[in-house]
Amino acid sequence: MTSTLRVNPIACGGHGACAELLPELIELDEWGYPIVDPQPIPPQLIKEARRAVATCPVLALKLIQQLRQLRARRDRDAVRPGLSLAAPSGNHQTPAGARRECS
Amino acid sequence: MTSAATRPVSAAGGAARPASGLPRLLPPGPQAPNLNAHLARHGRAPHVTSEFIAAVEAAGLTGRGGAAFPTHRKLAVVAAQRGASKLVVANAAESEPASHKDKTLLQQAPHLVLDGLQLAAEAVGASQVRLYLHHTSAAIGTAIAERKAAGIDQHEILVSMAPPRFLAGQETALVNRIQGGPALPTYGFPRVAENGILVQNAETLAHLALIARYGPGWFRAVGTENEPGTMLATILSPGGRPLVTELPIGVPLRAIVDAASTSAVLVGGYHGTWLPVTKLGSLTLDNTTLNRHGAALGAGVIAALPHGSCGLKEAARVVRYLAAESAGQCGPCLNGLPRIATAMAEAAGARPRQQTIDSITRWATAVSGRGACHHPDGTVRFVRSALTTFAAELRSHRNNQCTATTSQPFLPVPDVWTMPTTEEAWR
Amino acid sequence: MTGSTVFWYASRATGVVALLLLTAVFVLGILVNRRGRLPGLPGFAVTNLHRNISLLAVAAIAVHVAAAVLDTYVHIPLLAAVVPFTSGYERLWLGLGAVSLDLMLAIIVTSVLRGRLNPVLWRVIHLTAYACWPVAFVHSVYASKDLQHGPLLYLALACAAMIVAAVAYRLAAASRQVPRAARVGMLLKDQPAKGLVEQGQIAGGPVMRGPRR
Repeated sequence: MTSTLRVNPIACGGHGACAELLPELIELDEWGYPIVDPQPIPPQLIKEARRAVATCPVLALKLIQQLRQLRARRDRDAVRPGLSLAAPSGNHQTPAGARRECS
Repeated sequence: MTSAATRPVSAAGGAARPASGLPRLLPPGPQAPNLNAHLARHGRAPHVTSEFIAAVEAAGLTGRGGAAFPTHRKLAVVAAQRGASKLVVANAAESEPASHKDKTLLQQAPHLVLDGLQLAAEAVGASQVRLYLHHTSAAIGTAIAERKAAGIDQHEILVSMAPPRFLAGQETALVNRIQGGPALPTYGFPRVAENGILVQNAETLAHLALIARYGPGWFRAVGTENEPGTMLATILSPGGRPLVTELPIGVPLRAIVDAASTSAVLVGGYHGTWLPVTKLGSLTLDNTTLNRHGAALGAGVIAALPHGSCGLKEAARVVRYLAAESAGQCGPCLNGLPRIATAMAEAAGARPRQQTIDSITRWATAVSGRGACHHPDGTVRFVRSALTTFAAELRSHRNNQCTATTSQPFLPVPDVWTMPTTEEAWR
Repeated sequence: MTGSTVFWYASRATGVVALLLLTAVFVLGILVNRRGRLPGLPGFAVTNLHRNISLLAVAAIAVHVAAAVLDTYVHIPLLAAVVPFTSGYERLWLGLGAVSLDLMLAIIVTSVLRGRLNPVLWRVIHLTAYACWPVAFVHSVYASKDLQHGPLLYLALACAAMIVAAVAYRLAAASRQVPRAARVGMLLKDQPAKGLVEQGQIAGGPVMRGPRR
């Protein structure tokens, strides 16, 4: 079971509580919005991650739990055949996939 | 700008297979796009079941709306959904200002699109179909009326209107709009297809209509191994009007663009990639090749920048438009795109500062991939490739010189300053 | 002092405490919404204090109600704490207390279950806080005469003043709020100017927050 953090960018209002509680995985950009590490959460930080999720005043931060094989399949589906991650895509990719694109 | 006449273009050797039976989607010559002509050319569309999805997979059709997602996969996801009523939407809201292929297709071969709509509905078990457009026209109204009179449609075709927004054709924005809300992208899971809604670009549906009649083998007779079939492209060339043509995928770019009269090519559209003309020789019109150069087919726009135009000025105009078209829902996009646009305006002017260019780089990284949709990502791709391709022009600007000989705008951009900024503008 | 008087005083005292706590919860709620900070505390503390003090307020009210029920000088049925206007004693003023407690419980329960609820429903119920505090205040002032003279009168006025200030601040912020559709246009029209240029950045205007709040 892997857990990842995901932020709903529409609901997020840049309150910043998440970055204060989980600086190891979340930092704020220059406008106060969270940049969330898309990698699986290290087990020792799960508790802190849950706290951060609960503290978000607008519940924009979510903890996504996925069975390992489901996650691998979703990542494969997110990469179109013949397209690199840098290619344009009209469909909504998983935010984790999309963020890998930029970093 | 309205689309000009179309002409079929055959493949010019190279890796693509010889063209056979082009044009496929567009009619072979000037003819009325009425139902009788359509039936005379293609016959009636067969009835299909969910087994048609296997044929679509064999044909290797990918979406023609910009994402190039394998069509059979989307069909399969929607077909697998249980429950009440499923919906298929033909997305003909061509929000890209430089693209005219969907408008042209609907004008010249509306019945192929509408056939495809019905076929997709049968394949996934949908009970409702919609056509989503920015503008209706007499031709579309007539086409729908003809079909109704002839009784060839299983499902009544309803039309939903899209507001004149760049994001109106985005999948979740489309669903938001047809469900009565504004054409604003939404964020959430499960995704659109998993909710029993199939959204397909109009051109994709037209290809479906032909695959149903002629089979996957016929579809694969042109194009490349990985990306079979034809595609509609909008070509903007120096001194000419925009041209919509149907091309086999894999056609060399030098067959479409005259290298002598252009300094750079924009591939894909306003979320696409600028490439220098020196690369033209090694580029073919397929994603496998284009991806290696950081580009993709996208909305099928190929714009060849004339020598006399300043690439940075053109890019800055487009970026300002893209920034103004942000939904303004997500912090990074809302804050980053206007700043990038202002900085690009400085880059396009005299003596841009190095810190401005550095800021663009910083903001581009800050913004990409951090929105609910791919608008910031596409804009960043456009900006980054512009700064790379027009690096020499940028150096000239920093020396207070510009190589442009004309200030006539080349890329079509709606007037930013008259764009309304009210909620109604999104409905 | 008889046993009955102890309960009566306990009820009045916890009532005052509850009013203070509720005033704090309300002001903190406005601060959360405005992304405000308390001096010397991290940002997440505002959210957590808002939530925790509301639970403390309910605890204080539990004692407040229990003491009033246990007191034998007047008969107040336990149910009167949540069913408004069913008390024999001071039917109206105690009834208002029950109304505000009901609203409080609705707000807290929906907040605990927020992830599973329709966000619009959560927001509508949370907005009843603007009704909850004034109702609680009227109950406080009239259910017993404690807040009507002396130091407690000044305390009550101070609480009311803080609420009025918080509400005025919130309304002012709402009227200044740029509607979503206009935000990008506003940022685009701002030209590079004053202050932001010397920071070595191109200006682009103020930082815009997301819509809705």
